[in-house]
Amino acid sequence: MATTDRRTAVGTGVGFVVILVWCLLPVVWILSLSFKGVDETAAGSPQFLPKDWTLQNYKDILANPDFLDALRNSLGISLIATLLSVVFATLAAYAIARLEFKGKRVVLSIALAIAMFPVVSLVGPLFDMWTAIGLFNTWPGLIIPYMSFTLPLAIWTLSAFFREIPWEMEQAAQVDGATSWQAFRKVIVPLAAPGVFTAAILTFFFAWNEFVLAISLTTTTGSRTVPAQMSFFVGPDPFNPPYGQLATASVVVTVPIIIIVLLFQRKIVSGLTSGAVKG
Amino acid sequence: MASIEMKNIVKKYGDGFPAVNDVSIDVADGEFVILVGPSGCGKSTLLRMIVGLEDITSGDMVIGGQRMNDLAPRDRNLAMVFQNYALYPHLSVYENIAFPLRLKGDVPEQEIDTKVREASKTLELDEHLERKPGNLSGGQRQRVAMGRAIVRDADAFLFDEPLSNLDAKLRGQMRTEIARLQKRLGITTVYVTHDQTEAMTLGDRVAVLKRGVLQQLASPRQLYTNPVNLFVAGFIGSPPMNFLPATVEGNTLSLPFGSVEISEERAAKARDRGLLIAGIRPEHFEDASVVDTRGGTTFTASVDFVEWLGNESYAYIPFEAPPEVTEKLLELEKDLDGDAMRTQMVVSLDGASRITEGDQAEIWVDTSKIHLFDPSTGENLTVDAGNAGSSPALEPAHAGGAHAAQ
Ligand SMILES: Nc1ncnc2c1ncn2[C@@H]1O[C@H](COP(=O)(O)OP(=O)(O)O)[C@@H](O)[C@H]1O
Ligand SMILES: [Mg+2]
Repeated sequence: MATTDRRTAVGTGVGFVVILVWCLLPVVWILSLSFKGVDETAAGSPQFLPKDWTLQNYKDILANPDFLDALRNSLGISLIATLLSVVFATLAAYAIARLEFKGKRVVLSIALAIAMFPVVSLVGPLFDMWTAIGLFNTWPGLIIPYMSFTLPLAIWTLSAFFREIPWEMEQAAQVDGATSWQAFRKVIVPLAAPGVFTAAILTFFFAWNEFVLAISLTTTTGSRTVPAQMSFFVGPDPFNPPYGQLATASVVVTVPIIIIVLLFQRKIVSGLTSGAVKG
Repeated sequence: MASIEMKNIVKKYGDGFPAVNDVSIDVADGEFVILVGPSGCGKSTLLRMIVGLEDITSGDMVIGGQRMNDLAPRDRNLAMVFQNYALYPHLSVYENIAFPLRLKGDVPEQEIDTKVREASKTLELDEHLERKPGNLSGGQRQRVAMGRAIVRDADAFLFDEPLSNLDAKLRGQMRTEIARLQKRLGITTVYVTHDQTEAMTLGDRVAVLKRGVLQQLASPRQLYTNPVNLFVAGFIGSPPMNFLPATVEGNTLSLPFGSVEISEERAAKARDRGLLIAGIRPEHFEDASVVDTRGGTTFTASVDFVEWLGNESYAYIPFEAPPEVTEKLLELEKDLDGDAMRTQMVVSLDGASRITEGDQAEIWVDTSKIHLFDPSTGENLTVDAGNAGSSPALEPAHAGGAHAAQ
C-alpha cells in the first residue's frame, strides 16, 4: 500500500510539473522578453533569460500615448460591455428560470445559436451597418457586438443558477413584506452571485481579448483596443517587429485580468446556497 | 391580531383538478387551528391561499374582516414558517430575523435591534446571532424561521409542516415550544401537518381534509370521540381504530368474535341496514380479568401476537371479513396513505394483563364506545351530532353524508 501511495504521489507531482511547464513557459518567455533590451531581442538567437535586465520597455510603453489610449479604450469598452451584459443577462435569465411564457425554448435556442455564430462572418455586415449609421470607430460600435456575443452564454449560465435557487426563498421574502423587485434584489441576486461573477468574468475576458472586430471596426486610437493597437506597433527597424515592446504590452494587459480573477475568485465560492433549505 | 374566515374556497390548478374544494373554515382571533390530512389532500394549497402565494379560484378569504383575495402576500401582514424553513443563506441569523423589519423601511435601527434580540432570547438563539443558517442544526434553523415570524407583529402565524424535517425527539420538544409560544403571544395560528399526534396535541380545533374536501372541523376530543365518518375515524388515533364487519338485529350487534348488546339509542340508528362496519378503538377493550366487567360485554378470542410495552400491551386478534368490508377497508387505507391494515384487531390491554400469544383470552369491550359506519358512504351512523364540531356531512343540505364520503 505504502509504495503505491508514494508512487501515486510522485506521479501526480510529475504530472503537475509537466502541465505547469507546458502552460507557463510561454508566459515566462514573454515576461523574460519584456525585460530585454532592443539589442538582445533583435539578436539572431536570443537566450531565455535577459543578459542585461532593463525596465526600458516598460518606460517606453507607458510613455506611448497610443498604447495608453488603447488601454483606456480596452478598459472602458470591456467594463461597459460587461456591466450591461450582466445586467441584461441577469434579468433575462431570471425571467427564463422563473416565468412560464410562450417561446421560452425559442429564445434559449436562438441565444445558443448566436453564441455559436463565427465572429468573422459578421465583420463585413457590421462594417457596412456601422459606417451607415455612424457607429464605426466608436465605443458603442464595439460594445454592442461584444454584448451580443457574450449575452447568450451569460444568460445560459445565470438561468442555470437561478433554477438552483429554491422558489421558497422568494416566496418567504414576499411573505416577509418584500415586493417582487425587493425579493429579486435582496435575496435572489445575492444567492446567484457566483453565477453573476462567472458571467461577468466570461464577458470581460471576451471583450478584453477580442481582436477581429476590434481591428475591423476601428480606425483611430479614439476607439481601438489594446489587442488591435498592438498590431500597429513599429520598432526602430521596420522589418523586424518590436518584440520587446509587444511582450511588454502583453504583460501590461495581462495584469488587469490576473487582478480580476484574484478578486472575483473569492466571490465564486460554491455552496453559497447551502443552508437555504433543510440541507 | 385577526380572525381568518375561509368561505367556500376552491382551488383548481392548471389541469382543472380541484386541489381544494369548497372548504369553509373560520379561525377565531387568537385561535390555534390545525389543517391535517394525508399527503396531497390540499393542506399546503389552502395555507398558501391564506398567505397569498396561490391564487384563489373561487370563494372568499376574509382576514381581520377584510376580503384579501386579491392582495399580494406583503399586504396581508401574515407570517409564515415554511416546511424547509426558507432561511436566507447569505444573511446571518441576526439579519434573517431582522429581514422583515428592514423591509418596512421606516423602523429605526434601535427598534430593530431590540426586537431581534428579544426574539432571539425567546428562542434561545443568542449565541448564534452572527452565524450563517448553513452552519446551524435543523432545530436551530427551525427556531430562526420562527424568529423571523415573531419579530413582525403579524396578524397571524401560518406553519406548513414545520417539524417534519426534525428527528422524533426534537419534534416533541419543538411541538411544546410552539404551543407555549402561541399561548403566550395569543396570536391566531393556522398549522398544517400530516401528523395526527401534532394535530391532536397542538390545536384548539382541527380541520381534517381528504382530497381537497373538509371532512370535519372540531376540537381534538370531539374528533376522537365523535368522528363523522370512516376516514376521520381511521385517521385520528394511534394505533388506529379497529374496523370490523357487523350487523344489528334488535339490540344485538354481531361481530366476528361474537355478539354484544348495545343500547337501544345506538341500535335504533343502525338497525335493518344490513352489513355495517363497527369501529372500536383499541383502548375500549381490556383483559376481562383485570377490569370490572360491568357496563360492557366480554367475549373469548384467540390471541395471535402480543406486544408488551410496560404500561400497556397490544394484543393482535385476527378475524374474517366478508369481501364488501375488506374492499372498503382497502379503499380507506389507500385514502389514509397508510400501511396495510390487515384484517386483525388491535386490542390495548393493561400492563398487568397476563395474556400471551396463542391464548384463548377473555376480553372485555366497552359497548357504549362502539361506532357504526355505513360501508357504502362511510358515514358514522352513531355520531353524536351535537358534539362533533362542524362538518359538511352534518349539515342538513348534505344529510346522509354522501358528500363527505366521496
Ligand atoms: N403547482 C401545482 N400545480 C398543479 N397541481 C398542484 C400544484 N401544487 C399542488 N398540486 C396538487 O394539489 C394537490 C394538493 O397539494 P398540496 O396542497 O401540496 O397537498 P398537501 O400539502 O396536503 O400534501 C395535490 O394533488 C398536488 O398534486
Ligand atoms: Mg404540503
